Amino acid sequence: MASPSTRGAAIDLKSVSKHYGSFIALDEVSLRIEPGEFMTLLGPSGSGKTTTLNIIAGFTEVSSGSLDVGGKSVIGVPAHKRNTGVVFQHYALFPHMTVSRNVAYPLSLRGIANPDREARVRKALDMVKMTDFGHRFPSELSGGQQQRVALARAIVFDPPLLLMDEPLGALDKKLREWLQLEIKRIHRELGTTFVYVTHDQEEALVLSDRIAVFNQGRIEQIGSGRQLYDEPETLFVGKFVGDSTILRGAPSTSGDETAIDIAGRKVTTAKRLPGGAKPAMLLRPEKLSLARRGMGGRDKNTLPGRIGEAIYLGSGSKYEVVLADMSKAIVRSTLDAETFAIGDEVDLIFAGSDVKLLADDDKADLNLT
Amino acid sequence: MAASATGSRDTGPAAAADDRWRWFRGQAFWLVAPALLLLVVCLGLPLAIVTLRSFSEPQWGWQNYVWFFGTPVNLTVLQRTFAISAWVTLVCLIAGYPYAYVMTVVGPKMRLVLILCVLVPFWVSGVVRTLAWVILLQDSGVINSVIRSVGLGPVKLIRTQTGVVIGMAQVLLPFMILPLYSVMKAIDLRLLQAARSLGASPARAFAQVYLPLSLPGVYAGAIIVFILALGFYITPALLGGPRSTMLSTLIQNQVLSLLNWGRGGAMGVVLLIATFVLLALAAPLSRQPHKTGSRR
Repeated sequence: MASPSTRGAAIDLKSVSKHYGSFIALDEVSLRIEPGEFMTLLGPSGSGKTTTLNIIAGFTEVSSGSLDVGGKSVIGVPAHKRNTGVVFQHYALFPHMTVSRNVAYPLSLRGIANPDREARVRKALDMVKMTDFGHRFPSELSGGQQQRVALARAIVFDPPLLLMDEPLGALDKKLREWLQLEIKRIHRELGTTFVYVTHDQEEALVLSDRIAVFNQGRIEQIGSGRQLYDEPETLFVGKFVGDSTILRGAPSTSGDETAIDIAGRKVTTAKRLPGGAKPAMLLRPEKLSLARRGMGGRDKNTLPGRIGEAIYLGSGSKYEVVLADMSKAIVRSTLDAETFAIGDEVDLIFAGSDVKLLADDDKADLNLT
Repeated sequence: MAASATGSRDTGPAAAADDRWRWFRGQAFWLVAPALLLLVVCLGLPLAIVTLRSFSEPQWGWQNYVWFFGTPVNLTVLQRTFAISAWVTLVCLIAGYPYAYVMTVVGPKMRLVLILCVLVPFWVSGVVRTLAWVILLQDSGVINSVIRSVGLGPVKLIRTQTGVVIGMAQVLLPFMILPLYSVMKAIDLRLLQAARSLGASPARAFAQVYLPLSLPGVYAGAIIVFILALGFYITPALLGGPRSTMLSTLIQNQVLSLLNWGRGGAMGVVLLIATFVLLALAAPLSRQPHKTGSRR
């Protein structure tokens, strides 16, 4: 945590489930969020992340399980009594009120009168850099401006908890990247607990102290961005967070070593999967290197392939390599490395120690587009 | 793109298409000609004649207007016409507002049923509908037998203002519900969720967010119902009594029974002008200081 502020509330979900008829939206989810933490709920659509947010906000009741905010159970407490700020993807500014009146609204509801109210509205608008827009109507603002006003409205009453549901989802990339930094700054300045829902893993990495990766109504893994990238516990997490290459094939084990057969060529790693699960190998792009066919890497794993796509990134290049079994590998190389063209015959080279050996489950094959 | 490919000459295909479009827009006026003709011949012309005759019969001058405003019973009926129309508008609003709201929140099948319930009365002749109300409202009718069976005395409904208001409200209800629905369906219900997250109880979220956003529909529906009610003839004539006569009945009396086109015309002109004045007064109300909600 950046600051030892105690203004943020802790959130504790224990075995929370949500059923809609026979559909299980959320299946026994447990998650503890520390006071002042920036926690991101990351996952594809329908994974349960928004349901979790709605349960914390009080918009959705749990089917079973417990939810404590700030040490007190809030099960059965209606949304308007939870004192929780919420920022929506669709902004949800009141179109019949000016920016100032929108931001003043939660203060009016709490019986805070002028001049205190005006001062706090101003302070909140200052914080999101919308000071001069108070007299405008939402329809006169751009999407990014509307979302900043919505953010001001959600923090003006000093909630100990701020929930954000894909707040940047409707904005273009440049604006999104800039607002990410703004949100990070505001989090640092306020010390409020932030819970942020997104399906964009890059956004999650930029913003979060910790990330909870959701898939099919369950949490796959909770950890910092670095932990999720370096030590994914499931194949789904490995695929969802960051670029990755996944090698699958007939497995064999001997001693402490696992080998996978890919179109007649064996790759090995000195690791073993506990239990009897079918292993798959996961490799990050920077752990892979390329050489012209037959030009090195004798002591390492090598797989023959052909360059399917070559993308120049400025700081280096990104290659998509089609392997013998038609699966694709993603390789990132630095500027000084040898360059390849589409169609070049290459060897894909990696050390067995850089392999993440993970259980190959069907859940990981979810289409992530 | 096309313009730059062919150079910037005015004779390019893009310019030609542009010319054609301009020509078409010029001709588009003729598309409204049939409707305009109908309006002028069937509405404008008779109206002009009626107005003229209100000044010319039996001789030129203001005599018909002097008579109208000099006869207390006319003023009483004029006032009553406005009062009954106001009551009808209020009843329609109270019945129509929740109905229109429900239409926006139910599923598509249920919505179709609700729309049909509103529209079916439209497909039944006004006279038949009003006669049905006569049967329901009469002293020995269904409504009175129900009231009597729960121990309350018979209530005089037929030939009273109450009866007229009930009958007219039923006929005019669709004109309230449809504008309300069209405004309400554009209101983003997620705004209510946002209001709740900011600390508003459901009642306050409704009063401070939903209600203000639905007001354009309320104004539109109220104005349509009120103006239609002002000129109602069949329903008040069949359901009303002498104490609930509306202006349209008096006009009918003058024109068809007494053949006094001058006086009848003057009454019509007074009603028309009163309606215009009312519209002018209501116009600023329906103007909103914002554009529509941000529903996507």
